[in-house]
Amino acid sequence: MINLEGKTALITGAARGIGKEIAIKFAETGCNIAICDLDKEKIESTIDEIRETGVEAYGEVCDVTSMDSVKDMVKKFLEKFDKIDILVNNAGITQDTLLMRMSEKQWKNVIDVNLNGTFNVTRSLIRSMMKNKYGKIINISSVVGLMGNAGQANYSATKAGVIGFTKTVAKEYGKRNIYANAVAPGFIETDMTEKLSEKAEKDLMNNVSIKRKGKPEDVANLVLFLASDLSDYITGEVISVDGGMRM
Amino acid sequence: MDKKILETVKELTAEQLGIEVDEVNEKSSFIDDLGADSLDTMELVLALEDEFGIEISDEETEKLKTVADAVKYIEDNK
Ligand SMILES: NC(=O)c1ccc[n+]([C@@H]2O[C@H](COP(=O)([O-])OP(=O)(O)OC[C@H]3O[C@@H](n4cnc5c(N)ncnc54)[C@H](O)[C@@H]3O)[C@@H](O)[C@H]2O)c1
Repeated sequence: MINLEGKTALITGAARGIGKEIAIKFAETGCNIAICDLDKEKIESTIDEIRETGVEAYGEVCDVTSMDSVKDMVKKFLEKFDKIDILVNNAGITQDTLLMRMSEKQWKNVIDVNLNGTFNVTRSLIRSMMKNKYGKIINISSVVGLMGNAGQANYSATKAGVIGFTKTVAKEYGKRNIYANAVAPGFIETDMTEKLSEKAEKDLMNNVSIKRKGKPEDVANLVLFLASDLSDYITGEVISVDGGMRM
Repeated sequence: MDKKILETVKELTAEQLGIEVDEVNEKSSFIDDLGADSLDTMELVLALEDEFGIEISDEETEKLKTVADAVKYIEDNK
């Protein structure tokens, strides 16, 4: 039903976890794939996996916190693919601790990747999307950006920030056929949630209606919908995929 | 002023802003006279870049207020 043949998607932080699953799901519908991440080896193995679907796929090592690194990455991909139709800002980190113990560094690190990274990549690509008069931008926020979470002052601030950013992009470029939406996942099983204590995990799961943890695939399905023409009248929206954690 | 460049800039401006070519002259200010918003200006710049094979940085874009400014910039950078 969803066919992204002829389109190209750039997905950040896609060497593993949710980003990787998004890349594979997109590729299965014919979409060419550009991924970036910090982890060179994992980029390579992920690219190999994606190419098995038959689409064109390339990876670049890029730190999204560095505007220079991002500009360089975007330039290289635009040379390879001519145009990028879909951008998924997925790279993200956590450095959890209570506010009273949070160092300035922990605060800044998380802002730098989750919020500044989203700005850097979107800023570097928006001109080209304007030129093509087409773009689907999907930013990975989080349910905690909507409801807060003890121990995640830095992370929730960035994920709420991403929502404001998304809505603004939707307003600025809607006229030009550029869409921007945010996705707010709940508890998804990846390396990121691996490090949670059993107690923290249990507390979180108590509030989830669908009695299982989410899988990267659950998020990827929603992102795929937002990247496709099935969502052509949806922009500036935040959609949760959290098994009912926040209602 | 290069007549050919001027004509092309006028045409692109009219097309981009959805107005008639004869409403545009070299003194027209994109924003004050022709009703462009900042996004229209950006898009016009992209169209000029394509047409003339040049690059116009964001800082330069800010300085291009009128049709004549754009023509001059193109003449100097082509
Ligand atoms: N797992 C969850 O429960 C959950 C819930 C809500 C939101 N999210 C969000 O989903 C996104 C993906 O998370 P995940 O669970 O797959 O985590 P993950 O840690 O498995 O993957 C994140 C990827 O981003 C990359 N990355 C980190 N910093 C980077 C940088 N500076 N530049 C480029 N790449 C960088 C990492 O190398 C990694 O491959 C994140 O934005 C995260 O905040 C996850």
